[in-house]
Amino acid sequence: MSDIQQSIIIRTIVRIMIPFILLFSLYVIMHGASGPGGGFQGGVIFGAGIILYAMIYGIEEAKKKISDKANRILASGGLVLYAGTGLLAILFGGMFLEYGVIPLMPTTAYTAKILIDVVEIGIGMTVLAVMISLFFDISPPETEEDMHIHEEVE
Amino acid sequence: MKLAALFVVILTGAMLIYAGQDLPAFGDSESPAYQHRMTQYFIENAESESGVTNIVTALLANYRGYDTLGETAVIFTAGMSVLMLLRRREL
Amino acid sequence: MAGIIDIVYAEYNYWIYVTLMMIGFYAMIAKKNLIKKVIGANIFQTAIFLFYISLSDIKGGTEPILLHGETSTHAADIIYTNPVPHVLILTAIVVSVSTTALALALIIRIYEEYGSIEEDVILAARRKLNPEFSEYARQSEVDSQ
Repeated sequence: MSDIQQSIIIRTIVRIMIPFILLFSLYVIMHGASGPGGGFQGGVIFGAGIILYAMIYGIEEAKKKISDKANRILASGGLVLYAGTGLLAILFGGMFLEYGVIPLMPTTAYTAKILIDVVEIGIGMTVLAVMISLFFDISPPETEEDMHIHEEVE
Repeated sequence: MKLAALFVVILTGAMLIYAGQDLPAFGDSESPAYQHRMTQYFIENAESESGVTNIVTALLANYRGYDTLGETAVIFTAGMSVLMLLRRREL
Repeated sequence: MAGIIDIVYAEYNYWIYVTLMMIGFYAMIAKKNLIKKVIGANIFQTAIFLFYISLSDIKGGTEPILLHGETSTHAADIIYTNPVPHVLILTAIVVSVSTTALALALIIRIYEEYGSIEEDVILAARRKLNPEFSEYARQSEVDSQ
C-alpha cells in the first residue's frame, strides 16, 4: 500500500482525475430523467471518487475534505429530502409521493419530472455519504508511519 | 463434510437447471414477463405520466417510489449500523 | 447430441447463472472462513442479478430509454427491453452493498472479540466462555428432561 501511495505518478494522475470523476457523477445524477443514470449510480461514482482520494492520500487527508459530520448530515439530509417530497404531496391534498398534485409547473407530467429530479438528488446524497462513511469506518486507523509517508512525499 | 456440501450443491444445481428448461429462451420477445400488460403499460405511458424519457427512472421514482424510499432507508440504516458497530467508543 | 447443444445454447444464460450461483452456494456452506462466506454470498447475489437482467433482454431490443426523433425508424417499430427487472435489480444491488458492508463490520467486531475469523475457532471459544451454549450441555439438558 505504501509503495503505491508513494508513487508520484499515481498521486499526480489521481489529483488530475478526481475533479472529472466528481463532475461525471453529478452529470449522472442530474441526467437520470432523460438518459442512463440516476441517484444510485451517480452517488456510487461520487463515493468512488472520494474513496480513490482516501486510498492514495490517506484517510485523514480525505476527512479534511469531507468530514464525518458532513457525511452524517448528507446521509440523513438525502432521506429527509426524499420523504419531504412525499409529504409535500400530502400537504397539497394528494397521496404520499403523488407528484402530480403539487402546483409547481403547468402540467402534471412536467411537475413529476422536476420532482423526480429532486428525489434523485436525495437518493444520490444518501448513497454517496453512506459509501464514503462505510469506507472510512471499515478501513483500519492510520498509524504514525502512514502519516509520515504522506508528509515525506509532499 | 465437504463431500456432503458438494452433494447438496450439485443436487440444487441440477434442480435449478431442470426448472430452467420451462423458462423462456434467452431474448424471447414472447416471454410472459414482457407480454404482461403492466410491462406494456409502463413502456407506453411512462412519459405521459411522469414526463421522464428513461422508463427505469420513471418506474424507480414514480411507480415504485415507496419501494425506493424504503431502499434509501435501508442503505442509511446500514451506514449507521456500521458506524455504531465499529466506532461506538467515539460516539 | 446436436439436440442437447441446441437446448443448452437457447438457454445458456440459465446455465451460467446456475453455475455461478452454485459456486457461491458452495463457498457459503463449505468454507469455514467468514470472509470467504461473505465472498460466496456476493457471488450468489451476482448470479441472481445476471438471471434477472438476462430475463429482461429482448432480441433486437434497445435499452428502455424512449427515443424521440433520433432515429429514422417509426416510433412503434422500436422494441424496448423489459424495464421492470432493471428496476428490481437496481434496488437489489444497493441492498447487496448494504448487507456486505454490515457483514464485514460484524466480522471485524468478531475478530476483535475472538482474535480469529475461522468458524470452528470462534465456536470453540464461545463454548469455553459460556458452557451453556455448548452442544454437549444442550444435549445433556434434553436427556435429563
